[in-house]
Amino acid sequence: MLKQIEGSRAVAEAVALCRPEVICAYPITPQTHIVENLGEMVKAGDIKGCEFVNVESEFAALSVAIGASATGARAYTATASQGLLFMAEAVYNASGLGLPIVMTIGNRAIGAPINIWNDQQDSMSMRDAGWIQLYAETNQEAVDLHIQAVPLAEELSVPVMVCVDGFILTHAYERVDIPTQAQVDAYVPPYEPRQILDPAEPVTIGAMVGPEAFTEVRYLAHYRQMQALGLIPELADAFAEQFGRHSGGLVRGYRQDDADTLVVALGSVNGTVKDVIDQLRERDVAIGSVSVISFRPFPAKRLRAMLEHASRVIVVEKSLAVGIGGIVSTDVRMALAGTGIPVHTVIAGLGGRAITQDALRDYLLRAHRDAVERVTFLDLRHDVIHREIERLETQRRSGPVAENILRELGSVADRIG
Amino acid sequence: MFQVRIHGRGGQGVVSAAEMLSIAGFLEGKHAQAFPSFGSERMGAPVMAFCRIDDREIRLREPVMAPDALIIQDTTLLHQVNLFEGVTDGGYVLINSRRSVTELGIDEFFAANPGINVQTVPASQLAQEHVGRPVPNAALLGGFAAMTGLIRLDSVLAAIAQKFDGKIASRNQAAAQAAFDCMQRAAQGEEAPC
Repeated sequence: MLKQIEGSRAVAEAVALCRPEVICAYPITPQTHIVENLGEMVKAGDIKGCEFVNVESEFAALSVAIGASATGARAYTATASQGLLFMAEAVYNASGLGLPIVMTIGNRAIGAPINIWNDQQDSMSMRDAGWIQLYAETNQEAVDLHIQAVPLAEELSVPVMVCVDGFILTHAYERVDIPTQAQVDAYVPPYEPRQILDPAEPVTIGAMVGPEAFTEVRYLAHYRQMQALGLIPELADAFAEQFGRHSGGLVRGYRQDDADTLVVALGSVNGTVKDVIDQLRERDVAIGSVSVISFRPFPAKRLRAMLEHASRVIVVEKSLAVGIGGIVSTDVRMALAGTGIPVHTVIAGLGGRAITQDALRDYLLRAHRDAVERVTFLDLRHDVIHREIERLETQRRSGPVAENILRELGSVADRIG
Repeated sequence: MFQVRIHGRGGQGVVSAAEMLSIAGFLEGKHAQAFPSFGSERMGAPVMAFCRIDDREIRLREPVMAPDALIIQDTTLLHQVNLFEGVTDGGYVLINSRRSVTELGIDEFFAANPGINVQTVPASQLAQEHVGRPVPNAALLGGFAAMTGLIRLDSVLAAIAQKFDGKIASRNQAAAQAAFDCMQRAAQGEEAPC
């Protein structure tokens, strides 16, 4: 049914349709509306056989999900930003134990400096934690990826993060087609655990593993993610058949076939990227894009096949590997190893800075002429950083950087973008 | 595509206004997108929200930089925030105030930009009368429907009913209807339309 609803509400409805049995979460902006909605649904009895567990922290939220999943329950949680960092140890445990938990990330920056707005530094910080990571471009895709995540997680016994850009998607009202319970029931089979804590047939989950077997256990975690490279497109195809629309998969191209310049990005920024591509195509710039939906597992072969005819690749990243530059770019370069295709990084949208069409178009026009550096910070205020660098160089007690810059900028209430 | 930017302060229903406008657009079969821009999430802080309405899918995620319509919920922002930035020629500005544009001291801008339509409507006052609280958002949407004709009043009323329940909904609908009527009377040249 078509609805005009908030992204968080849409995600909550999708999760509810997947018949979770245990939901535990701790509220954190911008994820809060998702778990608030689910809490209300459970309380109203709208999710049959589901328990909502109030916990005291994010660490507890994922720990409860781990316990619930190990006893054979379909478990769900959601978090963002510092909340994800606080549960980091449990994040590795969930995947290390092979428990198919689904967790929504309402993508948000990580402090310090504290910042509630969107970028993707939080989920990127967990990219090697053994979870599958899927990135939604729209709220429709956020809904659809949650529905696909449940059978994906449970078939492979691997946890899945569905990453949804905070505010930009979680707080956006847009048109979303929410499927019926019958449609979702036909697509998401009942949970058939591969391992279960059952007093009738006792087993241990979480044994200590020494050097004799640790590598093999880790290899099998990698093996399962490599299997996901096959299962993710299969589930997307089955989804298209069942629900009548294409959503998910590993990667998705846009006007990429004859493009000299190809833009790679994750999540909601792909919408703005597509609009800019259309504008540049009208000016006869041969440009296209590839949205990476599955970042873990990383679809290196598939991506290489889509990118290898381009003359250059631009990776738009909403996160920063301090000391090297792009995070996604490193993986894209690996996928293109030996082709000699230059890969440029543009760091954009950090801490909620708007990624505007104008800024993106100007950058891409320069990139198309190969007139960009290896790493560019979009819309960086050079005057501000130069003054701060000067202060750092001339004063021993130069003071806290964030506060210096805020003082420099003065009131920001008059900024629209 | 038609783009709206709504300015106000935390607690005045700025975000709900954009959401309701998007629901009204949706109810008319359009694609619509609404989203907020929070400064700090607290009562009284300047807040912006955006709404885009189009016949095709809206992919753009940037804030509304060049609005076709501005709704200003709080006149104390007029000289504090660069509210009129980017308003398109031929666009609309609707201000929540009992006072006229001249009384608000913003004649100069509109004299320099004669293509921009500007009107005021006492939305807080109408909300106080009909809702019992000076929350101007629903009334302003009624006024917006009358001023621009871009959205039907019945769509606005239906959107209010989706967003609120029971008495809160019917009272806000009454406020929207009152603002709509006010502006229609004003358009017919009535001296004291509200």
